[in-house]
Amino acid sequence: MADIAVTPEHLGHSYLENTGKRKGIAAWIFSTDHKRIGILYLISLFTFFSVGVILGILMRLEMLQPGGKLFNAQDYNALFTLHGVIMIFLFVIPGIPATLGNFFLPIQIGAKDVAFPRLNLLSWWLYVTGAIVILLSLFQHGLPDTGWTFYVPYSIRTGTDVTMAVFGVFILGFSSILTGLNFITTIHRMRAPGMTFFKMPLFVWALYATAWVQVIATPVLAITLLLIIIERVFSVGIFDPSKGGDPVLYQHLFWIYSHPAVYIMILPPMGAVSEIITTFSHRTVFGYKAIAMSSLAIAFIGYLVWGHHMFVGGISETAQFVFSLLTFLVAVPSGIKVFNWVATMYKGSIDLQPPFLYVMAFIFLFSIGGLTGLVLGSLATDVHVTATYFVVGHFHYIIFGGGVFIFFGALHYWLPKMFGRMYNKKVANWALAILFIGFNMLYFPMLVMGYEGMPRRYFTYLPQFETWQRISVVGSWILVAGLIIMLTNLIRGVFKGEKVGNNPWGGTTLEWTTSSPPPPENFEEIPVVTHEPYYHPEAAN
Amino acid sequence: MEAQEAKSHSEQISHGTYVLVWLALIVLTCITVAASGINLAAFTIVVTLLIALTKASLVVNIFMHIKFEDKIFKVFLGIAGFTLFVIFSLTFADVFFRR
Amino acid sequence: MSQIVEPASSDVIHGHEAHVHKDNQGAKIGMWLFLLTELLLFAGLFLLYSAYRYFHSDAFHRAGLDMHTLFGTLNTIVLLTSSLTMALSIAAIQRGKKWLSITFLSSTILLGLSFLTVKYFEWSSEIAKGIYPGSAKLLDRSNGEILFFGLYYTMTGLHGLHVIAGMIVLIFMLVFIVRDKITKDDYIKLENAGLYWHLVDIIWIFLFPLFYLIN
Repeated sequence: MADIAVTPEHLGHSYLENTGKRKGIAAWIFSTDHKRIGILYLISLFTFFSVGVILGILMRLEMLQPGGKLFNAQDYNALFTLHGVIMIFLFVIPGIPATLGNFFLPIQIGAKDVAFPRLNLLSWWLYVTGAIVILLSLFQHGLPDTGWTFYVPYSIRTGTDVTMAVFGVFILGFSSILTGLNFITTIHRMRAPGMTFFKMPLFVWALYATAWVQVIATPVLAITLLLIIIERVFSVGIFDPSKGGDPVLYQHLFWIYSHPAVYIMILPPMGAVSEIITTFSHRTVFGYKAIAMSSLAIAFIGYLVWGHHMFVGGISETAQFVFSLLTFLVAVPSGIKVFNWVATMYKGSIDLQPPFLYVMAFIFLFSIGGLTGLVLGSLATDVHVTATYFVVGHFHYIIFGGGVFIFFGALHYWLPKMFGRMYNKKVANWALAILFIGFNMLYFPMLVMGYEGMPRRYFTYLPQFETWQRISVVGSWILVAGLIIMLTNLIRGVFKGEKVGNNPWGGTTLEWTTSSPPPPENFEEIPVVTHEPYYHPEAAN
Repeated sequence: MEAQEAKSHSEQISHGTYVLVWLALIVLTCITVAASGINLAAFTIVVTLLIALTKASLVVNIFMHIKFEDKIFKVFLGIAGFTLFVIFSLTFADVFFRR
Repeated sequence: MSQIVEPASSDVIHGHEAHVHKDNQGAKIGMWLFLLTELLLFAGLFLLYSAYRYFHSDAFHRAGLDMHTLFGTLNTIVLLTSSLTMALSIAAIQRGKKWLSITFLSSTILLGLSFLTVKYFEWSSEIAKGIYPGSAKLLDRSNGEILFFGLYYTMTGLHGLHVIAGMIVLIFMLVFIVRDKITKDDYIKLENAGLYWHLVDIIWIFLFPLFYLIN
């Protein structure tokens, strides 16, 4: 990484050049520059993403034929557990905030760095430590086989190495908390002169809401996981039913974190969507305050609905009713966002660049995810499709089709700023097309199979599902082909891409006013903000 | 960002105030121990928790200087308090009505 | 720990200004956010406690008979007093009285140590009675009682770990004051360490009645 030689357009240094006394890799892994930390995260995240993808591909491959030809049941259990743990805790939860958020949050508010740069570096190190601990569980006897939710009492009693995996996730929680804490303080204390809260870009608003969820929700996960370890190691009676414990309370605690965590995964992408849509519509965003506030509203309502993961888990009928009702409230702020995005595009001069096309794909996939969510959110229908492929399809449409597609789109949007070079746009468009086809071939059959009763987490299936399973398996190959093309194109762009100016897309937020790649302290001098974000004097609004 | 603002407002609190608050905390502790001896049925837990809340708010306001801090700190505490309220009430929507 | 108590203030603005500008308010915001996470961490345990107490209220009362109210009360007074000396230590440094501050801070650390000593005798006595996680004697008792003692050991144990962490932080602070790294004009580290210590006290304020005054 340290060897990337990029000449910035102007005479100053870029953050990519080493100026301190450290050389080589040490200049990166001990750097407190938020931009370098963002890139460290980016590299680590995509490393683990690749591991997660490989595990996912193997799971699909198992489904080529019924009968478990490739793996036995126990290995398959380990596969879906590790796929879930890695994808959720090592990829989508740190996701956009740790990578692009770290890189762009300070720049977008006109700051030189985050509030606690050393803490920021510490949180990357914690991330790496947590990841290594999780990977260590791979080499123990008995891979964890509980699923990523570590439900008790099985997680207490299984002989596999759950303790190690759980401890890894516990450490990752700290990393996430420190990032959130850092972002909140940064936004409160480090804004440039004139940058009031309502002049902040919407991406910053989304990160702000996310940071609160990280700070308020993650500790609950931490204690829950700690209790599993305490119960396993010291045989304390807390959740174990044979000692009077109530496993449903574990589920409460787990989902008190893990439902808000879904909003840790999806709010930052929504923020990036707001940026991308305004930039490529060449128009001021419609309903700025409504979008900003809806981020906070989603973070808040996201806190009230965790029980919808437990409808069939044995909660009281009152709770089922309350949680089902509250679940539908999430649609309100989500709807506000979508309507304002569409209104922003209306009469805009839309420029169909790759990042914008990713947003289009997002809207399509996220809608399917949202609509299938209605089926799962209503009590009566949930009972039929719960714990089937329908759920698997649903959350992949939301998290992969929604969140991760925008992660890719946002990379295409900001890469020229981060490295001062442009990827091949034509290849980027083709990659997206392949991804889109592969994605739908992989996950749409899951919705159908789930509806027809194919249970999730089974290593084999009845012959009647063979056709759909095979379509899905082939879809996974196409998807991976798309991923490889996309990532190769991006990486090639970083090193060999055509050099571009400071503002290739015509963006209006502060990051486009500094050089590409930005100087170590982001701006030659701290900007003074005088008008709203997304200010297009030339456009008729 | 002003240097003055960073200098905390807590400097105005005198040693005497701290000692008084401490005395109040000790007295409240004695009361709560004494009250636990009396059988007030369901009210025992209510009284106990009210005393604990009073003690906690004394510590937060005076020892932790929240009373003298900027509004933002109170907002933060409010967010945490409200979160606790949500977590407890929704969990008890299940616990109370289990069959 | 010390990473959190001493935010990278000198890095905050590594600008061209001749003087290093410290953002004490920012450091305090960061500290309070951290305290909120600690609060939520314990909230999970309090939630479990309240649900289990609701399910097994009789058994919880029976289990409470085996608790040492005296040890609990003593520790409450010790910890409240340590909070007082902590606050006084900050007040002293604010007024530039270095050695007075050191005296109060040392007392705080010693009181923390006393708390742990009392806790040690309390746990030893419970263990001597055969009440500890996984013991045959405990497993013979009713479900509610097993849960009560499970929570008792978990919650007071986790709280005890926080006391130890707090003491380590305070020892660092003591060294900083002695070496004039913490002074009348720059005492945010001590203030943040104090906030942490008070939080540990607040958690105990709630643990005390729930475990020791339930008979």
